[in-house]
Amino acid sequence: MLTRLFALITKELLASARDRQTRFIILIAPPFLLLIYVFAITQDVTNLSIGVVNRDEGRFSREILDRVSASPRFRSVTYFEDADALARAIDEQAVLVGLRIQSDFSRRILRGQGAELQILLDGRRSNAAQIVSGYVLRIVQDYNVELMQSVGQALPATVLSRTWFNANSAPLWAATPALFAVLSAIVGFMVSALSVARERELGTFEQLLVSPLTPVEILIGKTLPALLIALASSAVMLAFSYLILNVPIRGNLAALFLAMIAFLLSIIGIGLFISSLVRTQQQAVIGLFVYMIPAVLLSGYATPVENMPGWLQIVAQSNPITHFIVISKAVFLRDAPGLVIWAHSWPLLLIALVTLSAGTWLFNRRLA
Amino acid sequence: MSRQAAPGRFNARRVRGLIRKEVRQVLRDPSNFVVAIILPALLLFLFGYGVTLDPRHYELGLVIEQPTAETGSLAAAFTNSPFFEVQIAQDRRQLEPALVAGDLHALVVVPAAASARAYGGQTAPIQVIVDGSDPNTANLVLGYVELLWANWLEQQSIGHGGMIAPPPISIEHRVWFNPELASRNYLVPGSIAIILTLIGSLLTALVIAREWERGTMEALLATPINVAELLIGKLAPYFLLGMASMALSTVLAVTVFGVPLRGSIWVLTLISAVYMLASLGQGLLISTLTRNQLVASQVSILSAFLPAFYFSDFVFEIDSMPVALQWVSYIVPARYFVSSLQTVFLAGDIWPVILPDTAALGLVSAVIFTVTLMRTRTRLD
Repeated sequence: MLTRLFALITKELLASARDRQTRFIILIAPPFLLLIYVFAITQDVTNLSIGVVNRDEGRFSREILDRVSASPRFRSVTYFEDADALARAIDEQAVLVGLRIQSDFSRRILRGQGAELQILLDGRRSNAAQIVSGYVLRIVQDYNVELMQSVGQALPATVLSRTWFNANSAPLWAATPALFAVLSAIVGFMVSALSVARERELGTFEQLLVSPLTPVEILIGKTLPALLIALASSAVMLAFSYLILNVPIRGNLAALFLAMIAFLLSIIGIGLFISSLVRTQQQAVIGLFVYMIPAVLLSGYATPVENMPGWLQIVAQSNPITHFIVISKAVFLRDAPGLVIWAHSWPLLLIALVTLSAGTWLFNRRLA
Repeated sequence: MSRQAAPGRFNARRVRGLIRKEVRQVLRDPSNFVVAIILPALLLFLFGYGVTLDPRHYELGLVIEQPTAETGSLAAAFTNSPFFEVQIAQDRRQLEPALVAGDLHALVVVPAAASARAYGGQTAPIQVIVDGSDPNTANLVLGYVELLWANWLEQQSIGHGGMIAPPPISIEHRVWFNPELASRNYLVPGSIAIILTLIGSLLTALVIAREWERGTMEALLATPINVAELLIGKLAPYFLLGMASMALSTVLAVTVFGVPLRGSIWVLTLISAVYMLASLGQGLLISTLTRNQLVASQVSILSAFLPAFYFSDFVFEIDSMPVALQWVSYIVPARYFVSSLQTVFLAGDIWPVILPDTAALGLVSAVIFTVTLMRTRTRLD
């Protein structure tokens, strides 16, 4: 039995290695996707254009606008004559944020009456808008503190912030572990789902069935090569992240790989399940989309899981990508203790058990 | 160069016949319905309910080293805030492991001497430690902590009858088009672009690549049909499928998800039609060049689906990307479509946005179709 299995695994690996296109899709494309898209998913909001209407002629408005212009977060500051021109610029998406300062701004500050700075945000891009208003708020608060200190007053308290794990808030560091997890999942899924579908479409699957291999052996013979290929692809991506993107890997690499085996097995289980369901490669690709899009969107990859409604959070907990993103971030950036990794690894093992059994069950049923 | 047998003049009957055959083929394969109906509904549902960038419930650890009346009012401000889920401790060592495990987004530390310093005319530092492994969330949390602190200061100033001066400058926010800052309002319109990309590029590329793979395309080319008729006959069913999907998505967006549609239906239809053309052209070009389903699916994922997702301002900010990638985004048709979609839904028919977008989309489709026509013709020789 072992020899037969070994032969099948060798055949699968050779088949994948021989085909130039498959080789490219599996081993070369994912690391390069990682390199390109990691820059695209940097959610750090910078380079924004800001529009200003300043009616005030005093020094306070000038000083505060100088600080806004000096901030590296904003690419350009455009001055507008009146509120209507600013409104048009926001409408036409020429600027994302507008600042309006009334003519009595400096006078009110001098009189101690408190002045108001109005921020106009484009709700079409509400996420960026909120982050920008945070930046402006921080500039204004710093300025407030200085103003009060300059006249001998002190604020009762100030906020000092510190960022852990990613001291410069480097967006690349945050994006890489998540993208790495998603791309590993895509490779694992593609290799397993398409391999069976292609054999079915080409008719070689029947040949496999009439061979002395039992269905379980065929499944193992499809699972293990997929696992090896996906692991190899992930190893290349890890090397790229470390060597080219300079993302630190602070945690235990062995633990990451162990967790990755559980993760890939659960993904391969789903891939085998879908490949038993479909008849052609085209349907397998559609299956890939129907599974991967929700799985990626509900994984906390682009948006935090805790923002989802309660019942969707439960769905997210049964999603292997959710757990592996947590593990990946924990190992890359936080050097989290083994207990944290284990807390997200046992759900992966459980999911792998469920998906592999479901895959086997459907596979056997379709054979009958 | 020998041309195909009898190109003849454009023949409406031939085209109708081809369209009928194509429609039957589309209707026969259930996986087309998955792409045209189930996938759009799923995407709208996910972007409507599941995926949200709205501010809500950040997990916050609050360390108050020495509780006093003032720290009590600050703690109350945090616990009463709708943005935070607060755990309180007296020693930061109790909460630091939770930050390392990723269970907390931020840790706020109010040091022991805070109250004494604050009322001795000094400034007490409140320390905020944020988890930088997600800088976006870290920035938002920090923003909310600062906002809360600023509000608390103002209250303190009122409460102490002017003993503590109010901060000289306060901020007033106004959000246009989407006052409640619901990310759903721009994610749902944006997902229409993803849906049309899936139908236009992926499905079309797969279907036509299969025809090449099986050799039925060659058989079709041997008939008296000319290239224009072939393109219209092949693409019309998918164009209609895409427009139907767009109509379904719009109805769902407005009725189920409550996204406003402030512009006109006609403008929406027009830009969708132009985008659909660009997308179909791309799918056709991919299938003509690859002639293989597996490769066609890969190429359309890489060149159409992923760019539509990433380089369109749909979720990720183009302005924040490196300059080289910003340039790449200019050749991604979805970029123009998403900007027009969000404007038509949330702001209205703002022509200075819509006209340049439509023109750019028209240009992209013209280029793609010219290249496809040239490629298809050479293949006929």
